[in-house]
Amino acid sequence: MTTTFSARGAAPETARPYIEQFDRLQGELPGAGLAWLAELRRQGRDRFAEIGFPTVRNETWKYTNLRALDKLSFEPASPTPRAGIDTLPTVRPAGAQGPRLVFIDGRFHAELSSTAGLPEGVELLSLADALRTKPDFVAEHLGRLAQPDDLPLVALNTAFLTDGPLLHVPQGVAVEQPVEIVHVTLAGDRPSAVHPRTLIVAGTGARVTVVEHHVGFGTGADLANHVAEVFVADEATVRHYKVQREGTESFHFSHAAATVGTNGHYDNFILTTGARLSRNEVRSTLAGTDSSTHVSGAYMVRGGQHCDTSTFIDHAQPNGTSREVYKGAIDDTARAVFQGKILVRPGAQKTDGYQINRALLLSDNAEIDSKPELEIYADDVKCSHGATIGELDEDALFYMRARGIEKDQARSLLIGAFLAEAIEEIADETVREAFQEIASGWMASR
Amino acid sequence: MIEIKNLHATVDGKEILRGIDLTIRPGEVHAIMGPNGAGKSTLSYLLAGREGYEITEGSVTYYGKDLLEMEPEERAAEGVFLAFQYPVEIPGVANTTFLKVALNALRKHRGEKELDAMQFLKLVREKTKALGMSDDMLKRAVNVGFSGGEKKRNESLQMAVLEPKFAILDETDSGLDIDALRIVAEGVNALRSPERSMLVITHYQRLLDYIVPDHVHVLAAGRIVRSGGKELAVELEKNGYRDFGANEAA
Repeated sequence: MTTTFSARGAAPETARPYIEQFDRLQGELPGAGLAWLAELRRQGRDRFAEIGFPTVRNETWKYTNLRALDKLSFEPASPTPRAGIDTLPTVRPAGAQGPRLVFIDGRFHAELSSTAGLPEGVELLSLADALRTKPDFVAEHLGRLAQPDDLPLVALNTAFLTDGPLLHVPQGVAVEQPVEIVHVTLAGDRPSAVHPRTLIVAGTGARVTVVEHHVGFGTGADLANHVAEVFVADEATVRHYKVQREGTESFHFSHAAATVGTNGHYDNFILTTGARLSRNEVRSTLAGTDSSTHVSGAYMVRGGQHCDTSTFIDHAQPNGTSREVYKGAIDDTARAVFQGKILVRPGAQKTDGYQINRALLLSDNAEIDSKPELEIYADDVKCSHGATIGELDEDALFYMRARGIEKDQARSLLIGAFLAEAIEEIADETVREAFQEIASGWMASR
Repeated sequence: MIEIKNLHATVDGKEILRGIDLTIRPGEVHAIMGPNGAGKSTLSYLLAGREGYEITEGSVTYYGKDLLEMEPEERAAEGVFLAFQYPVEIPGVANTTFLKVALNALRKHRGEKELDAMQFLKLVREKTKALGMSDDMLKRAVNVGFSGGEKKRNESLQMAVLEPKFAILDETDSGLDIDALRIVAEGVNALRSPERSMLVITHYQRLLDYIVPDHVHVLAAGRIVRSGGKELAVELEKNGYRDFGANEAA
């Protein structure tokens, strides 16, 4: 994306409180003694000080207005006791154990976490710990894929990054069980902010499935600003799934940047039902030949929720395949945004790109803004995109009611069938079924 | 008993039904015949509860209740069943899921225990077999990719599973070849019983060779203009509808 955020001279008003917090806290952040990290953080700080939060004047933020953030002053979340957490979300069958890292208000919680069942050589630990025990490995990867330059929230995350999961699957190792990452926000009395950083590194021929759960147990306003960097080496497969069910006062931002090597494969699927305002950016770069990426999702919003999905598929090498299937159900006065960009660089011949976003408007006041964008610099490529907006099929609704199915249940069945087409894109059966159940729960819960 | 009295209805301000009177007793099969545009489909949709019709006069009493006050799902729960002329395709909803949800909704309404997956499967397999349908049709999405004949068989299957008290068959013969017609008609005939009423709506007499009615009515320009026994259908087949103000018989 070639968006330019022009520096506006003095620090934008919106950035100032964050810059003041950073200058006050930087010495206490994990890895503060590491010179390279201090430098990286300073770059993030300076960039954010320069550009502040994006505004609708920035082309890529045209449909998502962050003005609501101005009225709230978020403090960095402080570690909280685990009060009130009885059950954590999981895709596993009841009672089943598996590798899992839990973060509460952005901080690693060792007691609730486990690395049991991981094959030998696989590393799963908190970034804060990794900065102590294996700083060189972190230095090799951190900040390599998510650059702050034109991404204000990545800049902010880079300055404040504190903790998050680090998963390293070495060459040739396949992890059969999904690795679960649980992010819990407790949202106390005052608005708090977390800036987690995820690193997933899959070596040559490695295979792993990661499931992120984002849940809120509080009712207050909070800001979660995630950045994930995913390294998929040659012949490796990373399936990266996420379900975001935060409270309806939350602001949720995430930027996932993946790079895929020759014959490698990266899947990303995001299921969104939560947050007052959310934006998920997915940037998948096919950096090796014959690589592929499937970037899909389902979003279900109502009330006054706002949900933005912005994807960027970068076909940098020949014979790459990308597939995007998004489906959304939007009710009440909620609004969803889909921006999907596919870039085919010169020389990326035989690229096959497909993108579709289908939205179902369940009320007259619901809104969807869909913006596909193809930028193609190679001449032997196949790229298609589409966007549709529809309403529930009244004929189908009547047909079901005429058979005795109550109106609400008929609506649920139709919405579920509509969203299932996206959820079916999930390759992992356990995750697919769990996500379908969450989607059904959304429909039944109104 | 179903009593339709002086029923007038308009669609987009245009009067389609202009005073229908019809009484159907338990166990009776009535046929309504008539030219295109006579109001046959309007009557069937209206009885099933579809929106978009304004009833300007008259009433429909269904076993003592005001049918027109009920939601479509309440009517279904009370035993009204419309076999659609054009069954609707529902992508993403499996035929079995649809049938099971519908049957259990009706059972719940009647105060009966809902069927579990095994019990349901047993029931539906029996009915499927009787109608010469493949199990494959149960797994597929409702009517999606079904041929015309398969769609009509699917309607018959739903009727067989839901066991309505009052079935309205709207142009059930359209789009069927003679073999499919026979199978569907046998399915319908198997459901004839002293407690069950049927209203068979058709343009052609052909269907009535297989589903033999007790009474035949001619609907033209929104009114029943003639009623008689099953021999009336034969007469219509010979002379067409031109005696009843229709300018076409096709």
